[in-house]
Amino acid sequence: MTAKLTYLTAPLIDKNPITLQILGICSALAVTTSLATALVMSAALTSVLCLSSATISLIRNHIPSVIRLIVQIVIIASLVVVIDEILQAYAFGISRQLSVFVGLIVTNCLVMGRAEAFAMRNPVWPSVLDALGNGLGYSLILILVGTIREFFGTGAILGYTILVPRSEGGWFEPLGLMQLAPSAFFIIGALIWAIRTRWTSQVETPKLALLKAEAQR
Amino acid sequence: MLNPAAAWRHFLSRSNDDRVKVFGIAILVALVSALLVSTTSVALKPLQEAHLAAERAARMARMLDTLPGMRAIMEEVGVDALETRLVDLETGTFATGTDPSEFDSQTAAADPEQSVAIPKDLDVARLGRRAKLAPVYLLEREGDLLLVVLPVSGAGYQSTLRAMLALNADLTTVAALTITEQGETPGLGARVETPEWQALWPGKEIADENGEIVISVVRGQASGPYEVDGISGATLTSNGVSNMLRYWLGDHGFGPFLERLRSEGL
Repeated sequence: MTAKLTYLTAPLIDKNPITLQILGICSALAVTTSLATALVMSAALTSVLCLSSATISLIRNHIPSVIRLIVQIVIIASLVVVIDEILQAYAFGISRQLSVFVGLIVTNCLVMGRAEAFAMRNPVWPSVLDALGNGLGYSLILILVGTIREFFGTGAILGYTILVPRSEGGWFEPLGLMQLAPSAFFIIGALIWAIRTRWTSQVETPKLALLKAEAQR
Repeated sequence: MLNPAAAWRHFLSRSNDDRVKVFGIAILVALVSALLVSTTSVALKPLQEAHLAAERAARMARMLDTLPGMRAIMEEVGVDALETRLVDLETGTFATGTDPSEFDSQTAAADPEQSVAIPKDLDVARLGRRAKLAPVYLLEREGDLLLVVLPVSGAGYQSTLRAMLALNADLTTVAALTITEQGETPGLGARVETPEWQALWPGKEIADENGEIVISVVRGQASGPYEVDGISGATLTSNGVSNMLRYWLGDHGFGPFLERLRSEGL
């Protein structure tokens, strides 16, 4: 049982899809201007990931290898459309803000990656755990980045004002940069640095190291 | 031998490299996915459309709330929303035969039957095509026009801007401008959506004494009734708003309709 639980816990930090594998960066930049959008995007991606992993794992023994990628994409794409439709029906405001990024889950390397690397070769239950773990790992980073960007960019969290911005009579000067995409790069970079300082096993060895003679020069 | 369960088992037991199985699995997956997608789409359609309609109504209501005294007049007239009519843009007359509540200008603009190409030299708003009909929203009291709201759209810096322009009874003075849709740069162009910027519009005049459309969004400080302050750092979005109004108020947009209202009334 503990062996199975690591499927769930490993991707949270040890094998985090964003900070270690650098997957799903595009949406992490785009939808983290506020915590609410980050939360909904996380929920959408996690549900697509779990459902697609379960489905693919369920029929994995009958997917001909010549068309396996197409079959995976069809399954993932249909689930994404379904989730997108549900958001438009039940969370209209947020789905407006997320615009195309829910649809772009189809091209999120994270979803395809887990389908191809894990669900194709493992039974249903471990696949679901692995998908849930990766979804939560992705969510964790999105929520962190979303909180930081919304707080420093607008002085609010989840829309509730905490620091009153100067334009409304307070002392806080919102950092406009935080609402622009580059700030997400900086924050994710800082997170990767922090995680790899704490868990040094994540530091990659350079693939092309300097030769000894050159290093000593 | 025509036992479906046995046939199914026989199909599954085929090798994964078998051509029949490859085609069979491809068709099955496609079929199930298509069924799933179309079922949710059809089932959720009414909910989604209700949201869209509610959003349009809410934006309109918010705009009416910004107009001083408008609610009181509406109460006096005994209506709680503006009347929607469809206008044939070419002739400027009200179009009959199409139900305004079922008309969607974006769908119509994409349909060659219901739209016209905008001549290149007139297409300052860079729309390409526009629908032949357009909705307008009116408030009248005993046959006198009090307010007319025109939906306008045009290319901004990186997205299509959509807005509602409310004109007073003289058809020249702006009562309000509300940006209803935009995807401009957050913090820069996206500020067209802020109430602060939209508050600059009421009282501006769209045309000079000769009826020439002169309203524009200028760089820096506006001077006079025909100019509105631009947004610093978002020149192209500001220009987009100018061009959008120039097009839609011009001869190829609502020009003939406004002309007709001026000369003969409703």
